[in-house]
Amino acid sequence: MRDWFPVYWRELLILRRRLLRQLASMSVAPILYLLAFGVGLGSSVTVQGRPYLEFLIPGLIAMSAMIQAFAIATEINVARFYWGIFEEFQAAPISDASYVLGETLAGITRALLSVMVIILIACLAGVNLSYNLYFWTAVLLTAWFFAALAIALAMVVKSHADQALLTSFVITPMAFLSGTFFPLENMPGWLKPILRLLPLTPATEAIRTAAFGQTPPRRPYLILVILAAAAFLLAVNFVKKARD
Amino acid sequence: MIAIHNLVKRYKNITALNGVSLEVPPGELFAYLGPNGSGKTTTIRILIGLTRATSGDAYLNGFHFERESLQAKRQVGLVPQVINLDLELTVRENLDIHGRLFRMPAAARREQAEALLAYVELADRRDSLVKQLSGGMKRRVMVARALMHAPRILFLDEPTVGLDPSIRRRLWSLLKRIQQDGTTIFLTTHYIEEAEFLADRVAFLDRGNIVALDTPASLRARLGEWAVDEMLEGEMRTHYFPGRQEAQDFIAGREGSFALRRVNLEDAFIALTGKKVAADGSIAGGEGHPRSNAGS
Repeated sequence: MRDWFPVYWRELLILRRRLLRQLASMSVAPILYLLAFGVGLGSSVTVQGRPYLEFLIPGLIAMSAMIQAFAIATEINVARFYWGIFEEFQAAPISDASYVLGETLAGITRALLSVMVIILIACLAGVNLSYNLYFWTAVLLTAWFFAALAIALAMVVKSHADQALLTSFVITPMAFLSGTFFPLENMPGWLKPILRLLPLTPATEAIRTAAFGQTPPRRPYLILVILAAAAFLLAVNFVKKARD
Repeated sequence: MIAIHNLVKRYKNITALNGVSLEVPPGELFAYLGPNGSGKTTTIRILIGLTRATSGDAYLNGFHFERESLQAKRQVGLVPQVINLDLELTVRENLDIHGRLFRMPAAARREQAEALLAYVELADRRDSLVKQLSGGMKRRVMVARALMHAPRILFLDEPTVGLDPSIRRRLWSLLKRIQQDGTTIFLTTHYIEEAEFLADRVAFLDRGNIVALDTPASLRARLGEWAVDEMLEGEMRTHYFPGRQEAQDFIAGREGSFALRRVNLEDAFIALTGKKVAADGSIAGGEGHPRSNAGS
């Protein structure tokens, strides 16, 4: 699997060339959410005994890790359908797992960048949370899962438009229903078990608990590890099948 | 060395390759000629691992294309039909990533990239973003990239499509030079003059079958040496003759409009497939002009 590096390196070179634009676009959504829900709506609200902003920021971090890691699908699509560069990798003597690992790490890198942007914005807004090892582990697992999922799905979609559809139906609902903006306890009883099945739910739970400086429960970590491993294997399998 | 045995590719209702077999010895420049949809690209895609074969075997320098795919891939360089460079990266970055994919050490990547950029006459553009280059320059970068890992076999899929004639000739002389350095070249094209000018041997591909495989001279010789195009009621008929004298005698004995010329590879292609390939690779007018061997 040592051939992952050229795949990762290529993504880094492209990212570096667009870094300022990328960082700016990573900042827009969290700043808007902070202004709208955090400052505008929630300045007087407390959730679970904390100011709403403190509750919101770990949720935004989980959401942003998901969105940015998943965005690798768009890059892969462009490389596949418009530029044909995917074939350069298919024709190279590297294993499918190497390719998936390289792209997964590229997704994780994007996710980590966006998380750091939010942490910076949070610091500027005067919100200081605990960014400990539990926190980063949860962020990493979240990004790993969504990046690998993105690669797998990028292999089965037939066009760039399908990819956008997938984001609207899978990623956007999860961003709103996985405890990002409000605790799941507030949801009706029949809906809770369904929402707990969404992969972003354990991610948000783990990241938030860790950021609050509490020892997080093991369950969400376990779920994330299983999801990340399964998505990786799925991605390798789909890359293998992406030959006509 | 390329060896293909009975390669078949079927899609649901279409047979793209219908049992193709051929061998290309080391150092040969081999042209794979046929209209669009005849199976040229499919053959290359299968050999390089982009498309799965339905059945059949192929060996690239002795490595089986599926069972030893990673070793087989190391033997070959590929210049695909569509430009697939990273447009947002520089010329050198594109070559460097390719070198990394083939596990070349850093010093070798640097030296090889410099040498190749000089070879394709793009040394002064090494730090340009690919998107700033012209179409002909991008093609040459593609050739340089394919040669980065010093492959023994080079596949080129319609390398000169869309290039203007002077750039096309420049690419031809580049390919000749690459061949002289000992590389086996397998080229697909629908430009018959390209095959005629470049190739040691040519295969005519028609609907997934090889209908002829020989040197351009032998393929031409099957018809004769001289051709007479005769305009007859708005339709052109071509007649073939072993010698110039016979051709002239033929014209002398008839009335009408004639053109006397040497037999070319296109004649051989039309005679064998009944088709004429238009400049865009489609089959012109369905069927070509009928074969006539009046003088031979």
